[in-house]
This record gives sequence, C-alpha cells and structure tokens, in this order.
Amino acid sequence: MTRKINVLKHRLVPRHVVLSREDAKRVLSRMGVKKTELPWMFSTDPVAEALGAQPGDVVMIIRESPTAGRSVSYRLVISG
Amino acid sequence: MSASEPSEMKVIGGIKFGVLSPDMMRKLSVMEVTTSELYDEEGFPVPGGVMDRRLGSVEPGVRCATCGNTSINCPGHFGHIELARPVIHPEFAPYIANILKATCNTCGRLKLPEEKIKSAREKMYKLGKHWVMLKYKYAQTLIKEASKVTTCPHCGAQQYKIKFDKPYTFYEQRDDGVHRLTPEEIRERLERIPDEDLELLGLNPKEARPEWMVLRVLLVVPPSVRPSITLESGDRSEDDLTHKLVDIVRVNQRLRENLESGAPNLIIDDLWNLLQYHVATYFDNELPGIPPARHRSGRPLRTLAQRLKGKEGRFRGSLAGKRVDFSARTVISPDPNISINEVGVPIEIAKILSVPEKVTYWNIERLKKFVLNGPEKWPGANYIVRPDGGRIDLRFAKNREEIVETLKPGYIVERHLIDGDIVLFNRQPSLHRMSIMAHIVKVLPYKTFRLNLLVTVPYNADFDGDEMNLHVPQGEEARAEARTLMLVQEHILTPRYGGPIIGGIHDYITGAYLLTRKDSVFDKGQAMRLLFEAKYDGELPEPAVLKPGPYWTGKQLVSVFLPKDLDYVGRAAVAPPVGRCDEEECGNDGYVLIKRGRLLLGVFDKQAIGAEKPETVLHEIVKEYGSDMGREIMDTMFKMFVAYLDMHGLTMGIDTIEIPEAAIHDIEEVLREAEERVKELIKDYEEGRLQATPGKTRRETLEDLIMNVLADARTRAGEIASQYLGMTNHAVIMAKTGARGSMLNLTQMAAVVGQQSVRGKRVERGYSGRTLPHFSVGDLMPEARGFVYSSFRKGLKPTEFFFHAISGREGLVDTAVRTAQSGYMYRRLQNAMQDFYVSYDGSVRTSEGFVIQLRYGEDGVDPARSDHGRAVNVDKLIKRVLALRGER
Repeated sequence: MTRKINVLKHRLVPRHVVLSREDAKRVLSRMGVKKTELPWMFSTDPVAEALGAQPGDVVMIIRESPTAGRSVSYRLVISG
Repeated sequence: MSASEPSEMKVIGGIKFGVLSPDMMRKLSVMEVTTSELYDEEGFPVPGGVMDRRLGSVEPGVRCATCGNTSINCPGHFGHIELARPVIHPEFAPYIANILKATCNTCGRLKLPEEKIKSAREKMYKLGKHWVMLKYKYAQTLIKEASKVTTCPHCGAQQYKIKFDKPYTFYEQRDDGVHRLTPEEIRERLERIPDEDLELLGLNPKEARPEWMVLRVLLVVPPSVRPSITLESGDRSEDDLTHKLVDIVRVNQRLRENLESGAPNLIIDDLWNLLQYHVATYFDNELPGIPPARHRSGRPLRTLAQRLKGKEGRFRGSLAGKRVDFSARTVISPDPNISINEVGVPIEIAKILSVPEKVTYWNIERLKKFVLNGPEKWPGANYIVRPDGGRIDLRFAKNREEIVETLKPGYIVERHLIDGDIVLFNRQPSLHRMSIMAHIVKVLPYKTFRLNLLVTVPYNADFDGDEMNLHVPQGEEARAEARTLMLVQEHILTPRYGGPIIGGIHDYITGAYLLTRKDSVFDKGQAMRLLFEAKYDGELPEPAVLKPGPYWTGKQLVSVFLPKDLDYVGRAAVAPPVGRCDEEECGNDGYVLIKRGRLLLGVFDKQAIGAEKPETVLHEIVKEYGSDMGREIMDTMFKMFVAYLDMHGLTMGIDTIEIPEAAIHDIEEVLREAEERVKELIKDYEEGRLQATPGKTRRETLEDLIMNVLADARTRAGEIASQYLGMTNHAVIMAKTGARGSMLNLTQMAAVVGQQSVRGKRVERGYSGRTLPHFSVGDLMPEARGFVYSSFRKGLKPTEFFFHAISGREGLVDTAVRTAQSGYMYRRLQNAMQDFYVSYDGSVRTSEGFVIQLRYGEDGVDPARSDHGRAVNVDKLIKRVLALRGER
C-alpha cells in the first residue's frame, strides 16, 4: 500500500483556502477582477484534490513573500 | 487613390484564419496559368503565363489588364493553376496525419463511440464560451484517444496504422504490407468526414474542411510580390518565386499530357512526385528531409516561408524592426566637462537633423535668422512648411532673403538641432530602460558623439570604438515626455535594486578618496582652485586650520556641496572587513559620518559615491533630495574629485608592484611548504592511507585537498605581499577604494599567479596521463597540473604560460556562450511578457486583462523609490519627526 501524504501539511505548500461562492464574489468584486481573468489551477492539482475544490471554485492562496511578508493571491479551479 | 489623398479609416473588428477551398481560390483568381513561358520574342508577357498582364501591372506606365490602374495603384491580382493531380500542402501535413489517424478509413467518422461523441460535443461547446484554448487542447486529447481505436465503432471496419513520413508522405500498415497513400486517396478519406465530427477535431468546417489541405488548385501570387529586375545589360532577372512557379507549371503540364496519353503508372508517379516536391518547396524551401530547390548558381531559392521566417524575415525584419528618420549614429568619445544630462552632437550631424518649430509672434525673429542661414550654415534651417502643407526645400531656394519676408506665424520651420534641444540617445543591446535615455543637445566640433563618463555605466559603453544612436523627437508631446520621464537624471536610480546606477567610477572614486583623506589640507589658493573646477561660486567655509595659516581640509571642501541637512552614517570600502568600526576607531578612516551636511569623519570611496552601490551617501542624496540634486552633485562635486586627482597625480608602473627581496623569499618559502604538503598527500594517496570523503572517490578527495593546500598557499603569499603594499601604493588605493582592480589582481602581479583551472578542476587534459611532455606520466605535483609559481611581474615559464593560456581561453569561451544563451533567454522572456502592464488598481495584467499579480511585486513597491526594498523606513521617519520638534 502506498502511503498517503497530506500535501497541505507540507512545509513548502502555502496555505490554500477554498472560498465560498459569496466570499469569492465579494473578493473578486472588491478587486475589480472577473472570474475568467484569474490565473488557473487544475482540479487534478494535488492541492485542489486535497481540498476537494471543484471546477469553478476560487481558491485563496496565502504565501510568505520575500517582498511583502504575506501575500494573498487567488486561483480559479478548472477541470483538467 | 493617390498618396496624398486621405485614406478611409476603418477599425479592424477581428481576423479570421482558415483554409482556402479550391472554389474560393478559383473565385480569387483572375486567370488560369497554363503555360510555363514568361515572355515572347519581343519581350512581352505571354498570356496564360506567370507574368501575364492580367496579374497586375509592375512596370511604371503600363496599365493593369484587370483593374486598369497603373503600377503605383494596382494592388496585383491572384491567378491559379489547376493541378493535374492533387498534392499535399506541406504546412498542413501534420494536421492531415492527425485527422487521418483519428477518423475511420471507411465511413470517415471520428473513431469514438456515439455516447462519447455526444458528451465531448457538449463539453466543447461549454469550453468554447470562455476558454477557446482549452477547447483545442481538449480536441487534442480526443484525437489521441481516437487514434488508438483499431475497429471503427460506427461501421465496424478494421483500422490500420497510419505512418506519416515527413514532410508529406503517408503510409498505411495493412495486413498485407505497407501501402503508400496517394494524395487522391487521402483527399477522398478527408471528404468523407462529416462536419459534426470535424468540430470535435478542433476544426471549423465552414472555414477549414480538411480536404482543402490537399491542393487541387494552387494560387499564383501576383507579380507585384515577385517583381523581375531589369539588369543594365537589358536582361531580365526573375524572382525566386517566379522560377518556382514556372517549375510547377512545367511539371504540371507534363503530368497532364502523360495522363491524357495514358502513360505507364511509373512515369505518372514520378511526375506526380516531382509536382509534389515543387509545390512543397514553393511554400517552404527548408523542409526537413527533402533537398532544397536551388537556383542555377547553386543558391537555395527563397520561397514563401523563407520570406516570413527568421531575423531578416517579414515579421522580425520588416514589421517589428523599424528604420526611422531623424536619427544619427556615430562613434562615441568621452567629455568630462559636459553635464551628465548632455550629449555632444557634431555640427555636421546637427545640420542634418532638424526640429520642426512653429512660427509665432515671439520666435519669428529668431527663426528668420535660421532661415537666412539656410541648410549649409549652422544654426540654420532645412525646410519651411507652409500652412497649406507646401514644403520649401531651402537647399534649392535661390533667394532666401525673399523667403524670409514671407515667413508668418503659422508656418513651420524645420530648423537645425541647437543647444538645449532634447534627443534620445541609445546604445545596443538595449537590455534595460537606461539603455535609451533623453539627453540635452550640446553642438560641438569634430565627428563623435560626446558623453559624460558617468553615463557610460547605464549604457555599458566604453570608447574603444563603440557607436551609439541618436533620435530627435518631432512632436511637443514626445519632447515633453522625453524631458520629464527619460532625462538621464531621472534614471540615476535603477529599478533593478534601487541603488544609483549612475555614480562614481574609476578616477572619480580615487580622486574622492585622496581628497577626503585626513592628510589632504589646502591653502586658500588650492581650495579656491578646486572649488572653481566644480563651478562653485559661494563663500569658502571657515578654515579648519588657523595656524600656521588658514588651511581647509578636503572633507570641508566636499561638505560645501552636500545638502545642509544631510545626516549619514556608513562604512567606507577601505575600512577593514573585520574589527571595530565606530567613531573612535576604524582602520583607514573608514567610519563615514555626515552631520548636518558636514563630512566629519571618514573618506569617500566606492561605498560613498560609487555607481551600482545601494545604501551609499550618493544614494541617500538622490533618494531624499531628488534627481536635480543628484545631477547637481555629479556635475559639480565629482568634477572636483578629478580636478584633485590631476593635482595629486596617480600613476602605476612596474615598480608599483615591486616587493622587497625578503618578501619574495618568504613567499617562496610558503610555496615550498605547500609543495611539501602536496607531496605528502600524494604519498598518502599512493600508499592507500588517504581516506575518501563521503560521496567522493579517493582520487577526487586528493584533488580537493591539493587544491585547498594550493589555494591556501596563494592566499598566504598574497598576505605577505600585501604587507609591503600599503595605502601609499597607488595600485592598492585603486583596489581598496573599489576604483579598479582587486587585491587578488595585485597579488597575482606581485607574488604568485596561482592555480590555473579547466572546468573548476586542475589542468589534466593533454597527453595521456600528463598535461605536457615536460612532465612524467601520472605526475600529480602542482607544477605539472597548472600551478603557476611565478608572478606576472617576474614572468611565466613556458609551461606556466601554456596553462595560463588554457585557462584564459576557457574564460573567453564561457563568456561568449553565456552571452549567447542569456540573449536568447532574454528574447523569449521579452516576447512572453511584452504586453504586461501595471494597471491603475496596482495589479499586473496582460493586454487581455488576465491577472498576473494582484499587486505589483506582491507589495506594490517601486524598488527605485523604496528604502532597502521597503515602502517606508520607520526609523528614518521617527528621526525626522524628532528633528522637526527639535529633540535630537
């Protein structure tokens, strides 16, 4: 049996959060960004699979950044 | 429509790409080309040939037989050739291969079950709404899936493996052997594919039926894109494309004749193949796997693809690469006396480049003088443009006095370039934005562009024959933009890391160091002389020394130029890298302290005024007091540095790197000890006592150890030499202040050159088991493996010289390879990122509005305006607030 690891707990994987439909809407309208203008992430991406994110979801990624300290970015989950 | 008539303006709504159908080609065509002859005996074009009059007029005076226009206005018209047998279009061959593999050889359906086709169709429709690229990607996965099927799910026919042999041959692996598919068979199969299935393959059946990828009709491009040249002898020389078309027509005719006369299949197939070859090379003459079609002289023909491809092709050469007017190029040379904002322009160039100036009530007298001077005498004018658009060329104007009288407000005078004009100055390769900066013109005699030495850094220029380009903006807006955004002083700070890219180099640094050294004191005459060189016209400060007479220190003279409220604490480059460095004690006066604009302690060197060094005095001044102050300092204080260097003198000769006999003995002793140690190591190795370090072989371990011992020996030799080369030595001053050279360079000259390496290892290649015949096989001693015991001053032994040359050559090759690789990488990056922009909301987006970064650099900070990468420096703010409240 292969050992299942939780990619979300890996120290190189930044914090990912699936936004609720309302949250996503609010966040996107605040930034003035359309859903289709966001960078993508595949639903088969290990992180997306671990989160159970479905195509059409918006995932918030919180990273440590050498310039900004903490930086937030968003990705749209697409099928693939 | 004539050239001066305004054209009708239309907005492009979109561009559609598709494949031309044979019917479409016939409709586009004005005639069928049937004969391979070009001209008759009288030299007139043969009707039905590839130079037929109906294809458009190229010679001036002759009217086009189709549109009735002369050569200037006739756009040219397409003709066509009816091919006797279909041929594969080579550019579409890979697509044909994919389509053949994915569809049934009998019924033409996509080889997927009906349910799968239905769901795929829905998915494609959904994807097509937002993500067209994904739609085509999905089509690829469908093709891949369908290609694996061996029995058609629709008609049950057995499917054979299709082999595509580049560039245009197809085979089918049937049970009874390999069959070649003729273009005719391929065409028939493609015709059978229903429109609905084509959509799943990523094709739009309205615009690109796959059978159109097999040519039955060939379009003949008009002669206007393949004009013939008439040589002086009266002979005509035809364009490569014309030659190719003649070949096609000729073979096509022979094929047709043979078909009609019922010739044997062998001959037909040969001709058919030949036709395929000619058509393929008509499109692309660099197809892999087939020999390029050649001209009689043996030169490969330049056909359609070659016209578009590559650096000299239509896209990179003609469309993306622009040739411009109002530009100049010549050799550059230095001028330390002009401002960093200025550029010296030769009079000869200033007389050709012009600036359009509108005549007004206020400038008419000035402009009249220019017009009177005419085009020959500087400052003059080359053209006058009347309000009705008429141009007067002053070169041919007989009576300029009369013309001057007609000059009225509203006219435009294209006057010569004069002092104070703004121009753009550029040196290739233009790798960053500082490669093109705006300069203010200063017209000077002689034939080179002159530039201040300090701006050589951003341009990466030197004066060993470098040439630079100059452009004159012609509009008010362009000039205003150039002046406010592109002027040199606005680029002192680089956006790369925030530090000043324009700053002290070479002699400026040495001069600054010598001037600010503790022992530099000046009497009134010297002090005033130095300040005069910097164009200072204020008062002298209070002298620091009163007895035995008024004397000023170099630090005082420097302070004259510093902003009156500047505070700075830092460490100079000459300060020893280790040990205490504070107000009381710091080696070489390395603790730099500026209080209220007065240099109290420390010397100025690369760490204070150097170019490409952040967190320096110069950086602080430019950042806090603006680019005007930055330019001011570089145009005044920096001039004083070189002026002082002139007074002081700086020289370097062979005796500069001379060390005493005793030191040489010490160094020899160090090297002998190292040699002993290496000998021991080799003995240990040979007798098996040497333990391998983990991950290395014993041999590698030995090499590592030897290299360490030798590197250590050179360091120690360098230290010994350094003891005798103190801060009074001019070469050492240059190295320690960061002006030029390093201490390593000096130890190589004075003490020992050291180990020469190839690919980071000691030299080992050459003869088997040895580097040169001078050594015995398997000799691992330093001498035999590229260690140079001599110093550059003493001179190298022949073997040492050879090793040094090996290492030197490797360095040269590495730089050449590196520049080529990084240049190509830069091109790719630029192409990928050229239309990203920082939007007004602070996000980085592509031209289509896709988000790349939600905030520029994740923090929205412009590095050129940041404080050590941060938007604000809280410490500095607190200090400033306290100072304002008088609490410091």
